[in-house]
Amino acid sequence: MRLRTGNALAVQATDLTLAYQQRPVLWDVDLEVPRGVLMAIVGPNGAGKTTLLRTLLGLLRPAAGEVLVFGRSYLEQRGLVAYVPQRGSVDWDFPTTALDVVTMGTYGSLGWVKRPGASERSRATAALEQVGMQDYADRQISQLSGGQQQRVFLARALVQDAEIYLMDEPFQGVDATTERAIVDLLRALRTAGKTVVAVHHDLQTVAEYFDQVTLLNVRRIAAGPVDEVFTEENLRLTYGGRVAGIGGRANATPLDMLA
Amino acid sequence: MDVLSDMALDYTLRTVALGSAALGIVSGALGAFAVLRRQALLGDAMSHAALPGVALAFLITGSRAPLVLMIGAALTGWLAAVAIAGIIRASRVKTDTAMALMLSVFFGAGLVVLTFIQRRPAAGKAGLDKFLFGQAAAMLESDVITMASVGAVGLLGVLVLWKEFKLLSFDPDFAATLGVPTRRLDLLLTSLLVIAIVVGLKTVGVVLMSAMVVAPGAAARQWTNRLGVMVTLSALFGAAAGVLGALISTTAQTSTGPTIVLVATGLVVVSLLVAPARGLVWTRMHAWRSQRILALEAVMSDLAALAAQHSSDATRPHDIAALHAVRGRALVDRALSELAADGLAQRHDAGGWSLTPRGLAEADRLARLRRTPSADL
Repeated sequence: MRLRTGNALAVQATDLTLAYQQRPVLWDVDLEVPRGVLMAIVGPNGAGKTTLLRTLLGLLRPAAGEVLVFGRSYLEQRGLVAYVPQRGSVDWDFPTTALDVVTMGTYGSLGWVKRPGASERSRATAALEQVGMQDYADRQISQLSGGQQQRVFLARALVQDAEIYLMDEPFQGVDATTERAIVDLLRALRTAGKTVVAVHHDLQTVAEYFDQVTLLNVRRIAAGPVDEVFTEENLRLTYGGRVAGIGGRANATPLDMLA
Repeated sequence: MDVLSDMALDYTLRTVALGSAALGIVSGALGAFAVLRRQALLGDAMSHAALPGVALAFLITGSRAPLVLMIGAALTGWLAAVAIAGIIRASRVKTDTAMALMLSVFFGAGLVVLTFIQRRPAAGKAGLDKFLFGQAAAMLESDVITMASVGAVGLLGVLVLWKEFKLLSFDPDFAATLGVPTRRLDLLLTSLLVIAIVVGLKTVGVVLMSAMVVAPGAAARQWTNRLGVMVTLSALFGAAAGVLGALISTTAQTSTGPTIVLVATGLVVVSLLVAPARGLVWTRMHAWRSQRILALEAVMSDLAALAAQHSSDATRPHDIAALHAVRGRALVDRALSELAADGLAQRHDAGGWSLTPRGLAEADRLARLRRTPSADL
């Protein structure tokens, strides 16, 4: 299968609609992600952020709408997309090591039945180094801290050598060291021309970490460059009027925002 | 005559041992995946659901050939698994409810068919009721060959698709994003588990077969942090429980299934207690040891703090009533006697304690190392 990038948008989703038991979770959502940007998806709990990500990845089937990756259907272009799930989505007591988890990122290119060999392991080791986790390669994964586990997940995505990285709350519950490491990594990916879409919770850091933002609350409220779109008015629309006095102000605390 | 019956006994025991080893290996290896995927109860539901398959296979074919009954068992066991998955997907019924529901429906149906068969005058009916609690003694060479061949299919599946099954067990969503057909793979792994179950059905019985799926895996998890080692160990534990239990039940003439299960449970209990790093004894010892070391360090740093207040004579004796008040008498006294035995603290003839010069140096080193402030006395 040949994978193409071309000049099209990295990710283009149109009219995505998805409902659980008649309650809409996503309603007619469009998403346009240009190549080479870091985009945050922001919205309150239950706004459908994770659902949107999972729908882009084909893990959920939308009632309507389609997802294009560089102009062609996701299924054809799956090899260009890497997924970093929420840390809490797996059982970390699984009997395996950090290096082994990262090696799982090579399984896609390896194909059926074939076992990972020396070259896969060296790619995995390099990815662990990229996130500063080389010293923990042989650790049982339950013995890693939350931040370290998050970095293992990032390394697993890096080893896929994808064009687009979809991340579900990569900053959730991580320590300052890991947060710094992730930010550096995101910038390195952007420099390399990769595209990142991340579900993000911390409104304070949106402007600092990301170029573009999509404000989501079941519907798409607004989307575009952070300095144009990340306004007080749009946030109020997204969070239902409970947010006051931010508008991208760097020194605002979450408590200021929740009036 | 004596020699002949001895040989016959040997032959029986050897057959039983071989068959039980085969069933233990297969259920242990595949059960390890069931344990990791939190599907222990699915194994229970499927083994109970195998009963109507056995009964119907006999009713329809009139044959008691092991392969025929196994195929019947596998079909209804598998059907139950598919039904459970379908119910969970299509309705709001929760997983445990769906499993309990299917388990009782299939098992009930099996018992109805079984009683129907037993009321018929036809010959050859005897023996089906042994599928409830299992019987190793009746095992024939043909049974063993069938069990080993069917089981080999299950093991081969795990070996060939090792990496896919590992990925599916650890992170199915991620597997799906790599293009792995997770639903079909899930169905395949469940089908292999069905194979493991039907292999042991006649020996262990439908009621307790799930223990052979769960117990070896649960025991093996205690000893290792590698999937490969865990699955291998689980297979070995399964074989050990199978062989030991079957031999005990054959010689002591107890029900085979319950006996095997007791042996398997014994393995679990031992593993839960003594396995390094995860075992209860180990973790308690570890906690106790670190508590003791912390107590020693605390008392040393207290004495060092007292000494620091009298810099002219660092080994001047101190009344330890102050330490008792802060740390507790028993802890302080035990720590002091251990420190004294190590030559780090000394009791003075006039009463009172102090660190030895070596103890002072050690306290200083620890303080630097831990950068922990000594107690404020």
